[in-house]
Amino acid sequence: MTTHTPGTTPKQPAGLTTREMMLNIGPAHPAMHGIVRLVTKLEGEEIKGAEVEIGYLHRGFEKMAETVDYNGVMPYTDRLNYVSPLINNMGYCMAMEKLLGIEVPERCHYIRVILSEVSRIGDHLTCVGATAMELGAFTVFLYMIKAREYLWDLVEKVTGARMTVSYCRVGGVKADLQDDFAELCVKAFMETRKVLDETHGLLTRNRIFTDRMNGTGVISAEEAISYGITGPFLRATGAEYDVRKDCPYAVYDRLPFDVPVGTRGDNMDRYLVRMEEMEQSMRIVEAALRDIPPGPVLTNPETGRPIPAAEMVDLAKVGNIDAISGGCAVAGPTLEGSSRAQYPSIAADQKQVFLPAKEDTYGNIEGLMQNFKLVMYGHGVRAPKGEVYFPVEGANGELGFYVVSDGGSGPYRLRCRPPCFAIMSALPTLLEGDMISDLIPTFGSVNMIGGELDR
Amino acid sequence: MNNSSLIESVTKRFPDGVSASHTYRGDATVVLQLDALLETARFLKEDPAMEMNFLVDVTAVDYSAFGKGSVPAFFSSSGVTVRPSPQIPDPDPWPGPPDKARFAVVYHFYSMAKKHRLRLQVPIEDETSPEVDSLTSLWPGANWLEREVWDMFGIVFRGHPDLKRILMYQEFEGHPLRKDYPVAKRQPLIGPLN
Repeated sequence: MTTHTPGTTPKQPAGLTTREMMLNIGPAHPAMHGIVRLVTKLEGEEIKGAEVEIGYLHRGFEKMAETVDYNGVMPYTDRLNYVSPLINNMGYCMAMEKLLGIEVPERCHYIRVILSEVSRIGDHLTCVGATAMELGAFTVFLYMIKAREYLWDLVEKVTGARMTVSYCRVGGVKADLQDDFAELCVKAFMETRKVLDETHGLLTRNRIFTDRMNGTGVISAEEAISYGITGPFLRATGAEYDVRKDCPYAVYDRLPFDVPVGTRGDNMDRYLVRMEEMEQSMRIVEAALRDIPPGPVLTNPETGRPIPAAEMVDLAKVGNIDAISGGCAVAGPTLEGSSRAQYPSIAADQKQVFLPAKEDTYGNIEGLMQNFKLVMYGHGVRAPKGEVYFPVEGANGELGFYVVSDGGSGPYRLRCRPPCFAIMSALPTLLEGDMISDLIPTFGSVNMIGGELDR
Repeated sequence: MNNSSLIESVTKRFPDGVSASHTYRGDATVVLQLDALLETARFLKEDPAMEMNFLVDVTAVDYSAFGKGSVPAFFSSSGVTVRPSPQIPDPDPWPGPPDKARFAVVYHFYSMAKKHRLRLQVPIEDETSPEVDSLTSLWPGANWLEREVWDMFGIVFRGHPDLKRILMYQEFEGHPLRKDYPVAKRQPLIGPLN
């Protein structure tokens, strides 16, 4: 292979001329993470210009959000960045809580932080794994997907779903962490660390990998900021901007973690920043699990066992309120932590905002009415008139929600600031002057998530 | 800089350009006249005391249906009128949307060095052909964000190098995030141009 520095024209043998060629990549191409079209102008193998066409996955998230009530937006937010849906859930909920002016319990903050960080690790694993796979390291991809599987099992235990979690609620979370969460977490992190070690061994000093990552897709810090790039992509350029550190939300200001930054802003730095961020995320989760305020006792002190939800419904139907009035229900095998005992520590004490525990919905008329007033069409949470913007650190960068309320039961306008939108808009600049084969690692390191980009 | 001094320095610099300002839930907002946008944005970016080098977001709001009840979802089947629950009281009320203007373009700025945030709101009174200056000369990142606002709201950005649709296809008719665009409306997909 002849060496060629980007930006210079390779020597032409006398008498041969080249002409510009247009190469269309996508919308459905195996090396595209989702559906996106790149129209590149090539001179030989060098990219002279590129045009990015997006919108293939546009589902009208913002329009649909205007037609449902505040909690009804939650499933739509899952589908923004579907690799780390818990961060979207959290961002939207915290924006709404800012608008409503309510404070959630501390344990709820910790739960959200823990699950956000677990999702962030999953997201980075996917990004690094997929990039490595496209460069030929299929083993790494399999290892990383294996590690992600452990983390998603963890998420599934808590939320009841792997990807479309809809776990947060305006004013709290759906269910508490289950009892053995910390142990499972330790196990999952052990596996993840093993995979990260293996990945370092397979990639970080691998000649084939580093040759393709070093010095490709370079962007300077100033240029990255002018494009609005945030997240690991920006930090690889040396700019130290992390929403968790610079505008701390939830309990991030109390948790120990470092913000890894790169120096060169190329693909290799982005890979290294992501690898280190996973380690830092695990550090956050471990500290959070140590500091989290204790949860409630799960069993009913009288009977010593929780009442299954189905049994509770039957008892309520025949009016046997005494038998269930003080009890805890087991709502379902996947949602062990959603009984009444958990409520004070996972949800804000605001009847107009948060759904009652299932025991109350089935067990007494107040609970039933509260439930209906929140879930029936035309009722729901009635936020005051106002507008707020709330940013959180998504896996790709600053994920912001801008909510305008006109006092109705749903958002008047909901805007999501998708982090990879900014990175994609800078993609032509990143690609220009590189070789066509450099497109693959550069595009991989963008971590384009169609659901978030096109909304 | 805190919110009040941020608002104060913008107001002092552009006394004619700033029409209102407020702080709501910790977010500082400055409402600008249409023609003052470009200069204010340049001031925010280049003034050493502001140093707002990061254009976080550009979006717009169509206020034409504000306070007129929510848009019925197309899957809501019951025609029963309900008396909704009372609004949650707000001890620190919001001053309200811009009067008269149908559209408002909303910019969010952040300073990485100084760690402060500011929102600029630019109401556009012209309903038939809304136009506002483009910020692409200051931030290349404004390019796509403004294209999206044009696509979704039909607001023209003067001086934008390549204002075309970004999320919808080129043959799409109308602007979907306008309040008068029905949520359940369907459009036939026209084949490719060539």
